Parts: sequence; structure tokens; C-alpha cells
Amino acid sequence: MRKIWIASLAALGLATFAGSAAAANLNAAGATFPAPIYQKWFEEFKNSHPSIQVNYQAIGSGGGIRQLTVGTVDFGASDMPMTHEQLSQFSKFKVLHFPTVLGGVVPTYNIRGVTQGLKFTPDALAGIYLGEITKWNDGRIAKENPGVRLPNADITVVHRSDGSGTTFVWTDYLSKISSQWKNKVGANTSVNWPVGLGSKGNDGVAGLVKQTPNSIGYVELIYAVQQKMGYGSMRNSAGAFVKADLETVTAAAAGAASNIPADFRVSITDAPGKNAYPIATFTWMLIPSKIQDASKRNDIKTFLKWMLTTGQKDCAALSYAPLPREVVAKELKQIDEIQ
Amino acid sequence: MAAPATISAPPNRGAQSFLKRLRGGDEVAHLIVLVFAAAVFIVTILLVWELWRTSQLSRHQFGLSFLWTSIWDPNSDIYGALPFIYGTIVTSTVALLIAVPLGVGAAIFLSEMAPPASSNVFTFLVELLAAVPSVIFGLLAIFTLVPLMRNVIGPALSKSFGFLPIFKGPSYGVGVLTAGLILAIMTFPYIISISREALLSVPREQREAALALGATKWEATWDAVVPWARLGILGSIFLSLARALGETMAVTMVIGNDPKIHASLLASGYTIAAVIANEFTEATGDLYLSSLIELGLVLFLITIVINGLARLLIVATTGPGTKK
Repeated sequence: MRKIWIASLAALGLATFAGSAAAANLNAAGATFPAPIYQKWFEEFKNSHPSIQVNYQAIGSGGGIRQLTVGTVDFGASDMPMTHEQLSQFSKFKVLHFPTVLGGVVPTYNIRGVTQGLKFTPDALAGIYLGEITKWNDGRIAKENPGVRLPNADITVVHRSDGSGTTFVWTDYLSKISSQWKNKVGANTSVNWPVGLGSKGNDGVAGLVKQTPNSIGYVELIYAVQQKMGYGSMRNSAGAFVKADLETVTAAAAGAASNIPADFRVSITDAPGKNAYPIATFTWMLIPSKIQDASKRNDIKTFLKWMLTTGQKDCAALSYAPLPREVVAKELKQIDEIQ
Repeated sequence: MAAPATISAPPNRGAQSFLKRLRGGDEVAHLIVLVFAAAVFIVTILLVWELWRTSQLSRHQFGLSFLWTSIWDPNSDIYGALPFIYGTIVTSTVALLIAVPLGVGAAIFLSEMAPPASSNVFTFLVELLAAVPSVIFGLLAIFTLVPLMRNVIGPALSKSFGFLPIFKGPSYGVGVLTAGLILAIMTFPYIISISREALLSVPREQREAALALGATKWEATWDAVVPWARLGILGSIFLSLARALGETMAVTMVIGNDPKIHASLLASGYTIAAVIANEFTEATGDLYLSSLIELGLVLFLITIVINGLARLLIVATTGPGTKK
């Protein structure tokens, strides 16, 4: 009996070794927002390039950056571009930012008796989240929604309790359109909210808003679309009220594409363009500029080329907005910087 | 001819003779269990040392003022523990205030007054409740307790006691009181099962003596039986307090996650365990991480202080001549 045990254990051990020796493993970690499409990409990429297997852990943008700093992953992913302080931690190489997909954040609400879509101006949104606008029938909200019967009820504000790229985009937008927000709160994945209840994850915020009458919160566009939630439209920098969808989010990136900096570390909130949705963002893959292992380097370069050309076609099916063509062209050039 | 009886010298307790005696089963067993006990001690020391070491950055930055600063701002890198300490202590206090009378009362009923058959069934159900994972309690709270709080309990408290600062303001459903309630529900089974064991272990003579002196059934229970089981009941209370202090998932789902100190129990709050669970994975920046770890250290110290007070309480209430 014992001999059978030992034999089968040995066989198992050999099998695992054999299995892992076939595929080259790349390790990556980071943002949760693009995790679904990254997983799909890595799987599809493996079908066409069977020797390359990427193992992605969605531990959060902060975790991704930290693992890249200590070197436990080959590349990272983040919803927020790295700051100067974070970049200065890398002495051996630069961190190249590659935008992969676009996302948007939408204001969702639950108001007794209101079934139509509400229109929000930037000032109204900032006022609500600063705690200055406390009732739904405040003039600043009612002005843009003439046909809607807004109740004389207190607004319950809901925000994220965990650190997240969604919060970064939301607060980045509020910082841009409200100097009071910028001075008082600022933009980050986790901030000191003046008012409001916190809930964990997109699903936490959505659940709390759904349960609490006369409340407002913010969620990822994809999440709202998949959960069939109602959300409001925002007035963009051109003065038009735009509702978020794949088209308007891509338009925001296209609007910002001409001014995009060389390192792609850009915020595209409040982007110019008549059809641009103002609360949109890139999400990035963080690739080291110097990779010692030649086969890993080639694998990563091959993947990036694939992702920017074939991979982008998968975006729409999973409700992610693809990158505009001008940005893709610039990124293909940046691949050559990986030595 | 018998050899003269000799009295052997007392065994030499030096190291060499220990190794010699190690060949005996007794000594080996002694050593093994000593190692296991030492492992617990070593793990605790390592835990405290690791917490102390990794929170060094924020300890140097903020010093003792970390304990009384009430700002938590990851964007400006200013951190203070006061709102979390307040939230942790208030939710645990509310939980105990509700669970202790209910739990001890139920334990007295189950041990003294219930017929044995139903007592066993109830005890089995209580122990089942104690084994439910805390996330399930969190889900229960979100779907039943929060709406109940928002629609029924909150407005009722505001109407009758709204003049008191602890019940002022609107009730969102989520808040400190809801967190306290769900913690009470979670700690209630521990108090019942342990107190019941303590009450059942009181010798019959105590009860019979009180009854013989003319006490009613309740007087016998309350004046003779319960004081005898005092240690066990206190132990159960402190055990459940320890659980309430560290409870994470159920609390973070219903407390509103708002790092501010509000006087009202109907308002939202935050606890140490909840903020660590929420913010640790995405914490970029060394000072941010270090502050979260320092919060963990603070929670550890709170637990030690409370357990120390528990010990003092037990020593104070058990004077000479009472059962120890």
C-alpha cells in the first residue's frame, strides 16, 4: 500500500514539473477594474502563443505598484498613473505606462418618485459631495431638470470605503471642476470625504444606493451597464449633457489624444469634445523599461503588440471602451523603449 | 544474603543527567508539550514585534498624538486613530449592553428553570448560532437589520428619545447602533453557552442550602447560584468582548465606514478592524501602510488593557474565603 502511495506522489510531482516547464510564466498583478478583460486577453493570447502564460492577480492598483517595486511581478497594472514619488522608487529602470482600455464612472441615484434620467452640472455634483447641497430640490439641481419632481428630502451621499481607481477618477474630476474640492479634499484612490457613507466595492455602493431612499453614489460604467442600473448624465466642458457609454468614453480619450504626454501619464477627465463624457479614464499596464531576461522581454513585447491590435477587438463584448487609434499608434512606438 | 538496602542520592538535575533521562517517555512528553506551550508565547512575541517594527514610520512621524488625532486623510498623509478607537469602543459597549443581560438571563433560564429536554434543544441551537461565520451575519444585517433600523427602530428612537444627543439626527439604517446590534447578536451565543456551563457546575448544595433557609426559587438562583458562577460568567463576557472588538466583516457592512466622531448612535462610524480590512490592499505610500499597521497595534493594546482590567476585576471580586 505504502509503495503505491509513494509512486503516485512521485508521479504527481513529475507531472506538475512537466506541466510548468512547457509554458514560460509571466507574473503580473494590479488593478481590479480591468481584471475581467485582462483575464480574457491572457487566455486568448495563450491560444495563439501556447508557450506564453501570464498569471494575473487582481490585488488592487496599490498592490500592483508595490509588487512591481519589490520585484515579485514582471509587470503591474494600475487605474491611477504613478506619482513622482512612486516613480522615484525605481532606480534600476523606468516604469513605462501603457494605456490598455478606457473606463467611465457614472453617478447613480435612488430618489423616491424619480424614474427619469437626471442631468447634473459639475457644480451640482461638487456641491452634493462637499455637503453644501443637502436637499434634492435644491435650485442648482432643479434648474437643469425642469420636468422632474424632486422631493424636499435630504441627500444621502454614498462613496467607496476601500481604496480604488474609481474613487481616483471621481475625485480627479471633482478637483478639476471645483477649486474648493481641490483644496479641501483632493484626488486620490482614498480620500477624506467631507460627507457620506462608505461601502466596499462597486457592488457595495450600488447596494447601499438601491437600499437607501434619496441617495446618490458613483459606480463604474461597466458595472452599471451589467447591473442595468439607472444613472445620470453629466455636462461636459463643451456644455452638452452627455450620458456615459462606450462611444462617449472613447470620445473623451480621442479628445485628449492630441495633448497626450509622451509617458501616457494623463488624466482625461473633463476632456474637450462635444460628445466626450467628462468622467472617463485610461487604465494602464506598468512595464519596466529594462528587462534582463531576453525571453521574458520578447514575450512582453509580443503581448503588448497583440493587445494593442487584436486584443482591442475584445473590448466591446465585455463593455470596455477601446483605445482611440491615435493613442494606439503612439503606444506601439513606446514598445521599442523596452530594452 | 540480601544486599544492604541503599538509599539512592536525589537525582542530579544537571543538564547531562537530563539528557540521560530523556530516554524515558515522561521526559520526552514533558519536553514536547513545553515546546507547544512555548510556541504560543513565541508567536505572540513575534506578532507584537512585527507590528512594532512595521509601524515604525508612522510612530516616528506622529508619536503619541496618533492616539488623539481625529483626521484620517490619505491624500495629505495625515493619520489619526481617535475616530476608530471611538467607534471600536462604542460598538463593543453597545453590543455588551444588549447581549449581557439577554445572554446571562437566557443562561440562567436554560440552566435553572427550563425542563431538561427543551434546555438541551435550545443549547444545541445556541451552539449552532455560535458557529455561523461572521460574513453570514453581515449579509443578514444588510438585508434585514438595516432596513428594520431605517424604517422602524431609527424613527421610533428619534421620536421618543430624539432630545438625547445619542439619538439625534436622521437614521440611515447603517450606523453605529446597527453595528452594535449585529455584534450583540454575534456575541450572544458565546455568553449563553459559557455562562450556562458555569451555572451548571455550581454544586447542588449551594442551591439546596439557600432553599433550606427559606429562599424562593428565584432568590436561590440569584443570590446563591449566580455569585458562585460569577467567574465563568465574567469570563464569557470578556471572551465575547474580545470577539466584538476584533469583528471585521459584519461591522464594515453595516457601520457606514465614516471616519468621523458623531455623538449620535444613529450616525455612521468606523472601527479599527473595518478600516484595516477596507484600506490595506490599496494603500500606496509607506506612511499610509505604516499607519494602518499602527492601528492594528493600537487594537492589540486595547485588547491587552481590557484583558488586564478583566483580571483585576476578577481579583477584586474574589476576596479571601470566596471560591477562586
